[in-house]
Amino acid sequence: MTPLLQVRGAGHRYGLRHGCRDVDLDLWPGEVLAVVGESGSGKSTLLGTLSQRLGPSEGSIRYRMADGRVIDLGEESEAAVRRLWRSEWGFVHQDPADGLRMHVSAGGNVGEPLMANGWRHYGRIREAAAGWLERVEIPADRIDDHPTTFSGGMRQRLQIARNLVVSPRLVFMDEPTSGLDVSVQARLLDLIRGLVFDLGLAVVVVTHDLAVARLVSHRTLVMKDGRVVESGLTDRVLDDPHAAYTQLLVSSVLQG
Amino acid sequence: MNRTPILAVSGIDKTFTMHLQGGQRLAVLSDLAFEVFPGECVVLGGPSGAGKSTILKLVHGNYAADRGRILLGSGVDVATADPRAVLAARRDTMGYVSQFLRCVPRVPALQVVAEPLVERGVPHDEARERAAAVLTRLSIPQRLWALPPATFSGGEQQRVNIARGFLPDLPLLLLDEPTASLDSRNRDAVIALIHEKRSRGVGMLGIFHDPAVRDAVADRIVDVEAFAPRAGAAA
Amino acid sequence: MSARQAVYNIGYLDEQTKRMIRRALLKAVAIPGFQVPFASREVPMPRGWGTGGVQVTAAVIGEDDVLKVIDQGADDTTNAVSIRSFFASVARVATTTRTDEATIIQTRHRIPETPLSEGQVLVYQVPIPEPLRFLEPRETETRRLHALEEYGLMFVKLYEDIARFGHIAKTYDYPVLVGGRYLMSPSPIPSFDNPKMHRNPALQLFGAGREKRIYAVPPFTSVESLGFEDFPFEPQRFDEPCALCGSTGGYLDEVITDDAGGSMFVCSDTDHCERTATRSGTESATGTEAIA
Repeated sequence: MTPLLQVRGAGHRYGLRHGCRDVDLDLWPGEVLAVVGESGSGKSTLLGTLSQRLGPSEGSIRYRMADGRVIDLGEESEAAVRRLWRSEWGFVHQDPADGLRMHVSAGGNVGEPLMANGWRHYGRIREAAAGWLERVEIPADRIDDHPTTFSGGMRQRLQIARNLVVSPRLVFMDEPTSGLDVSVQARLLDLIRGLVFDLGLAVVVVTHDLAVARLVSHRTLVMKDGRVVESGLTDRVLDDPHAAYTQLLVSSVLQG
Repeated sequence: MNRTPILAVSGIDKTFTMHLQGGQRLAVLSDLAFEVFPGECVVLGGPSGAGKSTILKLVHGNYAADRGRILLGSGVDVATADPRAVLAARRDTMGYVSQFLRCVPRVPALQVVAEPLVERGVPHDEARERAAAVLTRLSIPQRLWALPPATFSGGEQQRVNIARGFLPDLPLLLLDEPTASLDSRNRDAVIALIHEKRSRGVGMLGIFHDPAVRDAVADRIVDVEAFAPRAGAAA
Repeated sequence: MSARQAVYNIGYLDEQTKRMIRRALLKAVAIPGFQVPFASREVPMPRGWGTGGVQVTAAVIGEDDVLKVIDQGADDTTNAVSIRSFFASVARVATTTRTDEATIIQTRHRIPETPLSEGQVLVYQVPIPEPLRFLEPRETETRRLHALEEYGLMFVKLYEDIARFGHIAKTYDYPVLVGGRYLMSPSPIPSFDNPKMHRNPALQLFGAGREKRIYAVPPFTSVESLGFEDFPFEPQRFDEPCALCGSTGGYLDEVITDDAGGSMFVCSDTDHCERTATRSGTESATGTEAIA
């Protein structure tokens, strides 16, 4: 058994400057990995590199596909990578407007990935969309409403439904809760935690909020200036931080 | 008594390096060694600051040891195991009752308590039934079960925490002052829970400041002061 | 002083331009439904008035050709008349209003009712060649979607129609899949005409002058109108016959006849209507003039 995602020496450059570099990590099914750090630390670049949303990258990123084949993502064609996006991966953006079609109904937004995967039966598409809206606690009678009429929390839950409807194996999340009110954040975190557990998802979640890392992740990677300065079990990293920067991050959290 | 320890700690050193205080090093434990056998409750003794909580966190994997071995009955060495192995050990081998409840804010108390069972594959209904039983035993009124524990009093939160920690059947239980903020009736309920665990062969490692509780549950006391680093040794 | 007469190359466009367009056409025929970029030129009419169709026609027309031009099915509207007379003067070709006599038919918004035959060329004027445009505004992205055959988005549009109206409400420019591969805009013809494209013996060429794209459907190519298994494509239907010629099975336009809301439904294809009327003797061929 090999990991779902095996990353060695991964990096990405913007011109001469590295957005992130020398990242090693393994991700296994059912595992939630948090990537923490302040803005500019390279955590979003790392997410873009892993998910192949950014251009050619350094190092190797190997992915074990649903059929068991292990592929090197850097060597795959754009068509193959996009097939992964459609069928095996999800990407939850910080701003739901980036991950949703704001002028397509909620049902259409959730149904689109199914149609992209060849579903051609309206009734079944609608049924699947309705089932997912219920799962993310969006009332059934909102299925034909546009996300523009939804609250921030509802939009984010809709984006999650759109991502999970194809039963992905790996989901990337970029600050999924940071645009939301604190009360809504808790509800969304609970939802994410439950879905991750029920579906056995592997997740890479980027967050600047250590509380989010604490609540949803098994392991944490701390980034600074494009490099991983510390990694390990989330409890260990947050309770017994070794790197100076991690100690600073942990000590900077406001105690509620 | 089964003579294979469920927990064997040996040669553990623990030092904290505080980079924000100019890299000051704080040595807490030196050459720590003790064992816990199935069916016994080992209590860590010593004054505040001796490193009792540190030991629990080392065993649970929240703290990283500088050197030494923390061998569980399953053969996993927590001191060197990779995160996945530690997570597996937490799922299958050891439970932890911390001083404070830490959970997602919105989740109802009953679900908070049942969750460790569900995560170990117990069906939802059965997990909820067992959670309800232990909450009843710890005098958490049923009207609170559907509410998130964040709204509870300190004592109630602690009892939810105890219920959550005691519910799964694991061979090793780490107890960090589980009775600290409880009244005498609930304290007695917790003592009874510990006795039951012990009679089922569970090994326990705990911190109890209340002498009455300590006397009621301790089979052995490990004096943590014996493992204090010699002055200046780690400086 | 005698008036100087302007002399144009045959078909108005210079030979190099025609070669450039023909190369684009050859590529378009080779990859049915694929949009080929081309260097759209100025022609003596405004962009949006059929400049794409005119350039395609100019590139394929020869002095032996017989040209028919229709606008919304009619041979006698301003646009049809002027394009026809344009080619009569710059290409010295014969013109006709009869579908069966034409070798090249340039059209805006219709396919003639009279079945086309092998050897005929149907040239469509196309305003917006990209069927995904209103769903995905980025050209870079729509090209990628075509390249990778990712057409889920088009079905989102159909899904939205069914969710809102209970059926697919799109009645013109109804998206098709050509040769089982490329998603294509059939130009704003009514969905009524879509079935005529499928395995049509004529060569179908599409020119979008403003958007600088050419595409094609070679003869006998499969053209499938998209739909869901439980909501398949349904072309429009007309229950009543044409009020002028009495024929059924053709595409009808509603014509307002007075200020009191009175109207009648008549064939949009004037050639078809006139000839049906003449054949059956029910109505004079000049009947349409009276209405127009």
